[in-house]
Amino acid sequence: MSVALTLLGLLEREPMHGYDLKRRYDFWFATDKPLPFGQVYSTLGRLARDGKVVAGDVERGSGPDRKRYAITDMGVTEFEAWLTEPAAPEPHLQTVLLAKVVLALMLGRPAERYLDIQRAAHLSRMRELTEVKRSGKLVDALLADHGLFHLEADLRFIDLTAARLSALEEAVRA
Amino acid sequence: MSVARAIGVVAVLNGGGRLIEARGVVRSFGQTPALRGVDLTVNAGEILAVMGPSGSGKSTLLHCLAGILTPNSGEIWFAGRRIDTMGEKERSELRRDRFGFVFQFGQLVPELTAEENVALPLLLAGVRRSGALARAREWFHRLDLDGLQGRRSGELSGGQAQRVALARAVVAEPEVLFADEPTGSLDSLTGEQVMNLLVDAARAQGTTVILVTHEPRVAAYADREVIVRDGRATSLVAGQAGS
Repeated sequence: MSVALTLLGLLEREPMHGYDLKRRYDFWFATDKPLPFGQVYSTLGRLARDGKVVAGDVERGSGPDRKRYAITDMGVTEFEAWLTEPAAPEPHLQTVLLAKVVLALMLGRPAERYLDIQRAAHLSRMRELTEVKRSGKLVDALLADHGLFHLEADLRFIDLTAARLSALEEAVRA
Repeated sequence: MSVARAIGVVAVLNGGGRLIEARGVVRSFGQTPALRGVDLTVNAGEILAVMGPSGSGKSTLLHCLAGILTPNSGEIWFAGRRIDTMGEKERSELRRDRFGFVFQFGQLVPELTAEENVALPLLLAGVRRSGALARAREWFHRLDLDGLQGRRSGELSGGQAQRVALARAVVAEPEVLFADEPTGSLDSLTGEQVMNLLVDAARAQGTTVILVTHEPRVAAYADREVIVRDGRATSLVAGQAGS
């Protein structure tokens, strides 16, 4: 999953200090493996260098880390492009998909539409593999089967996530 | 080419490839809405998968498109003719002469042999018994059912019964094949065989297929998919999504 794009999404909701940004990220996306502070600031530094976020002035009397970061128009454009681009239909896409859904709900964007985009990408790949099965050798068919079962598992995950969108929306907006 | 198919082809040519169309279809059962304004176009010769969670209205949509149910409001068009305003007799003839059906549990007539089941649509269409049975028997070899012609449904396995049901659905070369969870009661391998046979038969005959399924592996045999949720249909297009 792209940490930079996820941080951009969190900043689109509201400008934040690096410390709050890390806490928000860890709560939603890194419960097992917190994001190191060093990575947060290095990522924000790169985003600022590339014009995707801007850092406000240091706020006085608030300790060393009191810059508030805000997303720029360029950052919004990049984040939006990421949301609407389906992930490659490969195993272990759950983290990136979940990040997109959670961020979309936080920002009042159409999460169901993003799930449909991913669903279409998966079904398109499944169609290709089904054609391999219908026209290829048995060994190719068996390998295609393996891919199909994994993609099907992802699609069931997408279906279940879609069915839970209302509950998830309540949780992220709480 | 049958007269019915020829009429359909001309109509489709005039209509730019559209064979079936639902326009703002609403259908309720008592106080419970099943379809809340479905718009859908199915092109001639394509295989369309209709997906969606249980209770989403996908089977109701199939039944409306096939003229089994009539909508409370909205329109259903087939080959340039509006069918939701037809009388029951005319819709019944349409289903008999131009549509084929496969359901989850075969629904063979238990009193008839397998070959009589397959021949049934031809017999109902007025084909002489000897000719109907001869055409039915051709399908037993194509569907790997040799030797099972004389068996009744209780003497067939689930996969065999479903292949007999498929033969019955396509023997009269329908313009549209409506398949409602055709592999729902079968294991993966048998379901795959049935789907391969269904797609092969449809492609060979130029039959349009509307395939209701909740299984992605079955939907992957289709050319495209729509998803029905909360009584509305959404087309899935790779790279984008929308109604």
